[in-house]
Amino acid sequence: MEFLSYLISGISLGSVYAIIALGYTMVYGIAKMLNFAHGDVIMVGGYVSFCAVSYLGLPGWLSVVLAMAVCTALGVVIEGLAYKPLRQATSLAVLITAIGVSYFLQNAAQLIWGASPKGYTPLIPTTNAQGEPNTLRLFGGQLSISYISLFTMGACIVIMVLLTLFTNRTKLGKAMRACSEDKGAAQLMGINVNATISLTFAIGSALAAVAGGLLCSFTTSLMPTTGSMPGIKAFTAAVFGGIGSIPGAFLGGILLGVIESLAKAYISTQLANAILFAVLIIVLLVKPSGLLGKYVPEKV
Amino acid sequence: MAEKKVFEKGKMVPVPSVSIIPERDLGKTPILECSHLGIDFGGLTAVNEFNITVGRTEIAGLIGPNGAGKTTVFNLLTKVYQPTRGTILLDGIDTHGKNPAQINRMGIARTFQNIRLFNNLSVEDNVKIGLHNQEKYSMVSGILRLPKYWRQEKAAHQRALELLSIFDMQHMANYQAGSLPYGAQRRLEIVRALATNPSLLLLDEPAAGMNPSETAELMENIVKIRDTFQIAIMLIEHDMSLVMGICEGICVLNFGQIIAKGTAEEIQSNPTVIEAYLGKQQ
Repeated sequence: MEFLSYLISGISLGSVYAIIALGYTMVYGIAKMLNFAHGDVIMVGGYVSFCAVSYLGLPGWLSVVLAMAVCTALGVVIEGLAYKPLRQATSLAVLITAIGVSYFLQNAAQLIWGASPKGYTPLIPTTNAQGEPNTLRLFGGQLSISYISLFTMGACIVIMVLLTLFTNRTKLGKAMRACSEDKGAAQLMGINVNATISLTFAIGSALAAVAGGLLCSFTTSLMPTTGSMPGIKAFTAAVFGGIGSIPGAFLGGILLGVIESLAKAYISTQLANAILFAVLIIVLLVKPSGLLGKYVPEKV
Repeated sequence: MAEKKVFEKGKMVPVPSVSIIPERDLGKTPILECSHLGIDFGGLTAVNEFNITVGRTEIAGLIGPNGAGKTTVFNLLTKVYQPTRGTILLDGIDTHGKNPAQINRMGIARTFQNIRLFNNLSVEDNVKIGLHNQEKYSMVSGILRLPKYWRQEKAAHQRALELLSIFDMQHMANYQAGSLPYGAQRRLEIVRALATNPSLLLLDEPAAGMNPSETAELMENIVKIRDTFQIAIMLIEHDMSLVMGICEGICVLNFGQIIAKGTAEEIQSNPTVIEAYLGKQQ
């Protein structure tokens, strides 16, 4: 029973990683760049949601909707100002720029909200009005799952389904897949490549805002560096599952969450991250393109 | 203008008096007019003084030795490269400052010398990407599958199959594009280009790697496409039987310059062309 509860907490943590990893993987798939500022967009999403709840008194769900709107705009602006001028530049230049944007966002947040942690009210309160914990009890109270965990897993599945439908069945999704395969040919088929890339950033950033709200509900605190570690872990998840692949990001995220949770429970809390990254290294040694990634030989 | 011929049952036959090429527009209001077109890459002039007009339903050929700048001309026409000099008028409209996607919407579609299909997508999806700009529904109705989405998707599906049927490829609709045999990939590229509803179709070496019987079939199909869609086709090709067989106007390029223009007969007997291909007679 103990194992089951660790497993479930791992899956719900993994769901958050998966949502973040989707943002990484989509941007990589279409723009062929690693957007290291993605983790910090999560942090901005968290702060926007925090402000909406604390200062405007909005309900939790509405604060996340607002955060999504702000992050979508932020994602499009970042793409337009920082990455678009570098469309023809080497990938290294874009990577360095992304790291720069990441530092910029962290320091801007520190300037606006200060370096000290803020208390974040979870989207679903941990206790209900009667002071009882907001959990689902199973097996006569032996196993309890908090509603926020259930909600996170549900949100992750809904997002996955919607994204899959979007990319496979709609014309904009098809345009995205075309851009991810061959931007030049896509353009000559009348597809506006720049608009498609902006759309990808918009979707990724909106997902980051959702992830921000969920993540802060688990940690219940918020700092300018809140996004960086989950960002790196989600990036790991995306690579683990095969970067560029949407189901890969989902699978990678969940597996990473489970590994982290079980490592914390049974091996060592301090070593959990080390174990996590060791697993990544081993997977990449065996399967360099990730679990669901396709091996693309370098064309000469 | 020389007598028009079409390729039929393995040999060239003159077009009957009721021409399949409507007289109305041909040569009068050209679909494409290039004047003084040129591009430099640094100090290298790749194309210079490229002047050409293509009639509305003309099949034009662009030939020349390797490295003559033929594909560069296609890249200029589709604005993959922005020209250094000169103007391109498409249907009388200046294409200055347009990007490739806009050019496509204005009516130029192309294929590529080295096939550039979306290999991981299905054959049908490749064609549907060509239909991209003709499908109009919002992202929301796409995700929620509103009736408008279904109507448009059904129409796009029908249209894709119709277009594939030009080359008798309907049964391949669900195959992965990258898994098709070479010849079918070339044909799919043409179908994808046609899906964008062009008024000028640019074919970059459509017969490359095809055997003689496939080439003969391709020639028939190029003429068929022109007749059905009433569009102009401009093609780059090294297979002289194809070029001489179906092109009504031929333009010869060497070192980025036009060295000859004319009909197949004129080009074949042109001493400058012979020299460019075979070298000077000793």
